[in-house]
Formats: sequence, C-alpha cells, structure tokens
Amino acid sequence: MKKLLTAAVLSAALATPALADTTKVGFIYIGPVGDFGWTAGHDRARQELQDHFGDAVETSIVENVDYGADAERVMTQMALSGTDMIFAASFGYGPDVNAVAGRFPDVAFQHATGYIQEHDNISLFDARFYEGRAVLGHIAGKMTETNTIGYIASYPIPAVVSGINSAYLHAKAVNPDVNFRIIWTYSWFDPALEADAAETLIEQGADVIMQHTDSTAAVRVAEDAGVMAFGQASDMVEFGPNAHLSAIVDRWAPYYISRVQALKDGTWEAQNSWMGFAEGIIEMAPWNDRIPAELQEEADGLIAAIAAGEYHPFTGPINRQDGTPWLADGEVADDGALATMDFFVEGITAEFPN
Amino acid sequence: MIRLEKRKEPSKFWRIANPFLAVALTMFAGGVMFAMLGKDPIVAIRLIFFDPIFSETFASYSRPQLLIKSAPLILIAVGLAIGFKANVWNIGAEGQYIIGALFGAGVALAFFPAPGWYVFPLMVLAGALGGFLWAMIPAILKTRFNTNEILVSLLLVYVAERILAAMALGLMRNPDQPGFPGSRDLRRYEAAHNAELIANTGMHWGVVAAIIAVIFAYVMMTRHMLGFHVQLAGQAPRAARFGGVAPARLVVVCLGIAGALAGLAGMFEVSGPGGQVRIEFASGYGFTAIIVAFLGRLNPLGIVLAGFLLGLTYIGGELGQMMLQLPGAAIQVFQGMLLFFLLALDFQTNYRIRLTQGMRA
Amino acid sequence: MILGSINPAVLLAALMVAATPILLAAIGELVVEKAGVLNLGVEGMMIMGACVGFIVAVNTGSPIIGFFGAALGGVALSLLFALLTQALMTNQVASGLALTLFGLGLTALLGQRYVGITPPRTPKLDLGPLSDIPFLGRALFTHDIVVYLTIALVGAVWWFLKYSRAGMILRAVGENHDAAHALGYHVKRVRVLAIMFGGACAGLGGAYLSLIRVPQWTEGMTVGAGWIALALVVFASWRPWRAMAGAYLFGGVVVLQLNLQAAGVRIPVEYLSMSPYLITILVLVIISSGKGRSLNAPGSLNKPFHASS
Repeated sequence: MKKLLTAAVLSAALATPALADTTKVGFIYIGPVGDFGWTAGHDRARQELQDHFGDAVETSIVENVDYGADAERVMTQMALSGTDMIFAASFGYGPDVNAVAGRFPDVAFQHATGYIQEHDNISLFDARFYEGRAVLGHIAGKMTETNTIGYIASYPIPAVVSGINSAYLHAKAVNPDVNFRIIWTYSWFDPALEADAAETLIEQGADVIMQHTDSTAAVRVAEDAGVMAFGQASDMVEFGPNAHLSAIVDRWAPYYISRVQALKDGTWEAQNSWMGFAEGIIEMAPWNDRIPAELQEEADGLIAAIAAGEYHPFTGPINRQDGTPWLADGEVADDGALATMDFFVEGITAEFPN
Repeated sequence: MIRLEKRKEPSKFWRIANPFLAVALTMFAGGVMFAMLGKDPIVAIRLIFFDPIFSETFASYSRPQLLIKSAPLILIAVGLAIGFKANVWNIGAEGQYIIGALFGAGVALAFFPAPGWYVFPLMVLAGALGGFLWAMIPAILKTRFNTNEILVSLLLVYVAERILAAMALGLMRNPDQPGFPGSRDLRRYEAAHNAELIANTGMHWGVVAAIIAVIFAYVMMTRHMLGFHVQLAGQAPRAARFGGVAPARLVVVCLGIAGALAGLAGMFEVSGPGGQVRIEFASGYGFTAIIVAFLGRLNPLGIVLAGFLLGLTYIGGELGQMMLQLPGAAIQVFQGMLLFFLLALDFQTNYRIRLTQGMRA
Repeated sequence: MILGSINPAVLLAALMVAATPILLAAIGELVVEKAGVLNLGVEGMMIMGACVGFIVAVNTGSPIIGFFGAALGGVALSLLFALLTQALMTNQVASGLALTLFGLGLTALLGQRYVGITPPRTPKLDLGPLSDIPFLGRALFTHDIVVYLTIALVGAVWWFLKYSRAGMILRAVGENHDAAHALGYHVKRVRVLAIMFGGACAGLGGAYLSLIRVPQWTEGMTVGAGWIALALVVFASWRPWRAMAGAYLFGGVVVLQLNLQAAGVRIPVEYLSMSPYLITILVLVIISSGKGRSLNAPGSLNKPFHASS
C-alpha cells in the first residue's frame, strides 16, 4: 500500500525524510531506454541506483514523454502516487518541472541539463561535456593526417556549441593547421542520416569523425572507410574496433546515488551542480591501441589536470569567430557564459546557424 | 465456408455494441501480452482503463487531463473528417498544427508584455490563419497544378518541423534566457495565457473550440448544402460535378477547414498546456487525429468518443509504465491492438456472417 | 572554390545508397497501390523488417538469411493488414496507421535484447575492373549487392506490370475491381498477394538500414523512411522507373545538402535541412502541372471491394 501514501503523509518527507524505509524515485525520459544513447545513459544510472540501495529504493520510469502537457501530467501523477524524488532527464522539461514542483513542494525534483530553478525543491544538474570534448580535440588534432576533422552535430544549443568550440580549441592547440567541417542533422537520432553525414565528411577529407548525435552509424562508417571516430554517450567500440579511438561516456550513477542518499539522510537541498571529470560524471572509454602511448599519457594528463582544477578548457586568450575578443589572456570562462554559449570561436570556418 | 454478406441497413445494435466488444477483446489480448511480460494483467488493464477515471489517487487529476489530451485530437479530427468524406487526403495536419502554434505564439511574443484583452483573440485568429495558410499550399498546388495533396501535405510536415526548430532556436527564442532554445513561457504572460476557465476541470479554450467544432461539423454535414456537396463528392464524384459541385472549391474548403482547426489546436496547446515553443513541441497529434477520425467513422460524435478513448489509453499507459514498470512499447502494442479490434469488429455493422455450403468464386 | 571539394562521382555513389531503403519500400507500396490498396503502414513494416532481419542475422550469423527473415517479418505484418482490410473490410487508411503504431511498439519489445550489438557483416560486392573505370567506376560500381538487386527489382516490377498477364490482372483489379470481378478475376486474392509483396519489400528496405547502412538495432531507427516511401509512390505517379527517379532525387538532395554543409556553403542550415522535402514537392509540381485531370492513380485505390454475388 506504499503506492497509496497520500500527499499529506508525504508532506513530512523533506523535514523528516525516510519515514518510510522505501524511497520512491521516478524517472521521466524523452526517448526510449533502448536508445543506446542519452536516455540509455540515464537508465543505466537508474539501475545502478537500484542495485546500490536494493529494497530501500523503488524506481519507476516513463519513457518517450514529450515536453509540455505530457511531461507535466506524468510528473504530477508520479507525485500523486507518492514518489519522493523525480529525475527529469532532458533540458526541455524546464517549464514543466517548475510548474509541478510549485504544486508539490514536498517532492524533490532533479532536472538534468535544466536551467530554470524557481522553487527550492528543484535541483539542476549537468555534465561538463566540454571537458571530455577537450580531450577528444587534443587526440584528434594529433591523430589527423589530413588536418580535417568532421563533426556531426544535432541542434545548435549551448551544450553542443561549447563541445564544438572546446574540441576545436584543443585540436588547434596541438595542430595549428587543423580544420573542422560541421554538419547539423537537426535531430538527435537519425541513423541513416548520420551515416550519410559521416560519409560526406570523410569524402571531404575528414579522417577523424566526432559526433554529438546518438546513433552508432558514424563509428561504423568510419570503420569501413578506414578512418577514426569517437563514440557518443556510450562506449561504441564494438561498432568500430579499429576506428573507435574513445568516447565520452555519461556516468550519472554516482550523482544519482548521492542525491538519493541525501534525501534519505534528510540533507537534500536544492543545488545547481555542473559536474565533470572531477566528480566522475563523465569518463573516457578505454583508449584504442592505435593511439600512441605518448599521446595516451598526454590525454590522461589533460584529464587529470582538468579533474584537479588546474586547467580549464576555456582559458584565454580566446576570440570569437568574428575576431572580437572573448576571454583575455589567462581569463577563464565563467559557467554562465558556457551554459549559454551561442557563438563559434575564432578559427572555425563554418557559419554559426541562426 | 464462411462468407460475409452485406446488410441492407447498417446494424444499429452492432454499431453500439462493437466498441465495447473491441475493448473487451483488447483487454483479453493485451492481458495475455502483459502476462507474457511477467506483469499482472488485471492490474495492468485496471491501470490503463479504469484508474485514470476512477482511482482515488489519480482520478481527480487525470479526469481533467483527459480533456486536455483529447481536445486537440478531436479538434483536428473533426476537420480532417470533412475532407476525408470528400476524398480530400490531408495527411499533413501535424504540419498545420505546428504552423498554427507558431503563428499564435508569434502574435503573443510580438505583443509581449503588453496587457490587453485583444491579445488572445488575435492569437486565436493567427493560429487559425497559420494552419489555414499551411493547408492552402497543398490545396492550391492541387487545384492549380494538379499536384497530389497526400504527398504535399505529408512532406510539408517535415518542413514545418524544421521551421519549428529554427524558430525555437532563433527568432522566437526567449531573450531573457540567451543561448537556450525555446520561447518565453506563454503561461507567464497573462494576456496570452490559455488558462483553465474553471480551475481543476481541464476546461480551456481549446476544449470549448473542440465542442463548437463538433457541433458546427455536425450541423454542416447533416443540414447544410456544403455538407451535402462533401458527401456527394466523396460517394459519387461524377454526379457531384453534374450537380454543380466545383471540385476545386471543395478541395480548398476541405483543406482550409481542416488546416484552420489543426492550427487552432496547435495555438491552444502552445498557449496553454504546452506553454512554450520548443523543438519537440509536436506530439504527433496531427497523425493520431487521422486514426481518431476514422475510428469515429468520420462522424463528429463518433470522433468525440474515439478521441476520449485514445486519450484514455495514453494517460492510462503512462500510469501502467509508472506503477507497473510496463515498457512504453507494450503500451504502443496495446493501443495498436485496440485499434485493430475496433476496426475489425466494425464489419458486423455492415456485414453479416453467413456459413455457406461448398466453394464459390 | 568551396564547391570544388564536392566530387560528383562520390555524390552519385552516395545518393544511390541513401535512396535504396526508401526505394525498396516504395516499389513494394507501388505494387500494392496498383492493386487498388492504400497501405499507410509502410513505416511499421519497414521497422519490422529492420528488427526481424537484425535478430535473424545475429542468431544465424548470416546477413542473407537475415534479409529473408526481414522479408518474412514484413509479410507477417502485412498479412495482418490484409486480414483487416480484405477479409474484414476495415478502412485502409486507419488500418495502415494502426499497423505503423503496432509495428513500432512490437519491434521495440522484440528487439530489447539486441540493442548495442553488431550484426554480421554483409560482404562487399567486388566488381573487379568495373570499379576502376574513371568516374563511373566510383559512382556506379562500388556498392553492395542490395543496391543492384533493388534496381533489378524496379525493372522486374516495371516489366511485370507492363507486359505480364499477371501484371495486367493486377492493374485491372486496381483500376476497376467490379469490372475485374465480373471478368472472373479473384480480386481479393490478387490484393492479398500484392499486400504481401509490399510487406516483403518494406521489410527488405528496413533490413537494409539495420544490416548494411547503419548497422545497428535501435527502436524507431527507420525515423520516418516509410513515410518518404509513401510520398515517392505518389511522386512517381505509380510508375516504377519514376519511383526510382524520385528516390534518387530525394536521396540526392539529402546527400547534396550534407555536402554543402560540410563544404561550408553560406546557406542557413535550417533551409538546407528542409530542402529535400521542398525540392521533391517542387519537382512534382513541375511534372504534374499542365497535365490533364488524370493523375494516373489507380481507379479503385483505397476503395473497399465486396463481391455482391
């Protein structure tokens, strides 16, 4: 009868949490759990969460929830059914999370990659993917022989744009002649189109392919063409044992576990966490053997420096694409600027969409 | 062997009994599937069909939600049905829905933050106009250049989706939240907010519009000359031409009505339950509405029932996922089964099963 | 010159590949519609083929058996459509849409355990010296066998519809089922066979995506290819070679816009990404304008048939 716990009983949840032994945690996903990409990454973390807490946590999921009325309804129903904590795993749920959170002040909301926080029962969290992109850029800049790197991008939103900029800056740092060719697919998942895009980039001279889209198509195309590629969100080495140099793997589990633990301990409070290598939220898939040992060490060193806070991937001097200064020498980009980035840095030749 | 024999008159009994029988059969077949997935079939069926309406925990919330989920489906389907009756094949209501939403939101964003009673009515007009204009593309190409409207209306959905993405990322982006895609939240702009008319009823202007559209369509199809022309053009195109029905005008009228209603649905959604122009704003209402139109047998009242039934399975499906860990895909299969049974049993309305002796050609 | 980096031979090669899955599905649907049946479930049958083909190929280790499985998967789903529309006289448009919904859900369930694995490789066809011919070799003779078989299939369907007696019967059934029935043809039998053919072709098109083009299994991976195939049949005015032209046009614009993006051409990306749809519409407007009233649509398309005697 846990399911029928009324909202009244739950109203004590934040003040005196864990009055029931079982904490109910709900997840809403924009895609299917079987997407082998973004949603799969979150669901992997959910399973780890479940394994970690065993019977002390009960998780439930709803897949393929569209933004807007659907999301609002699903989260409301979760709250009504006595869910203690809700993870909303896509940035577009912002207005919906805030609307529901306002009505259920005793439910803890965790919004992934969100940016609207109007109630003190909403935590925002995000991963510093640009840290991973810096490492990919470094490796790509060293590995490319044609000095051309192909980039398959989804939509021109800050997370994608900062990734392109970060990869470019670090490729350029080790290889001044490097050149990025960018294709926007205007979708997160369209395997056939991503395959076409990868082929096009390779034909136009790219010998390293990066992607910010979800399918494995590009890795396989790179394998067949004998060039190199990086996977996305999951380790995609199986789709291109030779081509796959590494991948940025999303690892939300440590954060999920800490937040649920905090709720159980009664220490949960609204936060805005932007985590990267330091927190173990992103990690690199094992290096491919074709990356020279020396370069592997450099990459490991770069990761360690970023994780230790000794180095920030966006450290000036950096100019915008039109040549106007953005960061002065030694200046480090603040999080606000990174989270809203809507321009290319100097040196990228492609035009910025919109 | 078994033969079907056409009834002289459609059976009134089966017309009413079939939906119930179909739901019962779906419960059985779906139950078997749920059991195979290792879930309690009784609980699953209860969650999908009963809990949204009767459960103590959910019903007070999900009953109004049923209106919110079904209203756009009904509004779009009513318009489509008129066209389908006249053999005008508008498959692109999804695109008209998107463009209507963009027009309506565009007006709101242009007036922001001016208060004024006139903002919302202008948005309504703009929404209808947006859908209407988008539907006029296939209509005019059909009448002027003889281009098939199935292809044009369908491909324009993809174009509309790209325009939506471009708008969310560019022109309509919220200037107070630079860098992030998505427009201002229209629910925060009082003059533009399509709010609930009575709190906690789910009743918003879109529901009112759907009711008006249903009545309007019913009167038109049964009492008005235009309705007669539509029926005639669908059933006997040659006779219609001799009877003075201008096929070109009919194409324009049918696509225009459907487009305007779809545009309205989009506008009411974006200014109310949806709240914001976002990339993934369109939830496939335009395609689902085609199914609703045919499940309702292209009859306005039937469409209302079909819209509610489908809306119910969506909301119940979410409960099934949440409470019973049913995969989202199982819900889709379940909906597919329901549609199959509803469609399949319909034959009893028009045909009678006869057992005959021997083989016949 | 920015466009200098775009190699026309490569473009031609790429568009043939990009067009193959939609062309396979389209040629099947074309036969279905020629028989007077409108099956809007192409997307559902394609994803069924993609899923079943993948599962069979992984379990047997043979992509060829996988393709057979895909065809059977497509046929199985199409038989459901045939049962509904031919035996139970349901509305074709609604049944087709329901089929798509059902197929997408069913395959997501069936394929659950096949996410994230690679299927066995389909061997490349080695055309030897042919592929060394300048320009043409790269453009035309570097593909996998399915690309060529698809073209052969288009030719076969063209011949079948135009010259064979069975094709003549099929067209008669689609043009006027009452007359065909009066002449003693088995309207329903012909239609069921056509629907099955359509299912098999759509299944093969789906498997081309999951086994060769991408290759992976993820639910919903056809991402609307079935709808494009449906549009192509209309684009083609129900003529096989024109369906191929349409598929190559659509695939060509897709590949071209990607090339233009990669080459850094100063056209806004959102316009480029909607160009395949707009150009397809535009070309159809140009071809269809100026013609008389006839669109060449089969006369009995989407009309239910019930033999009254």
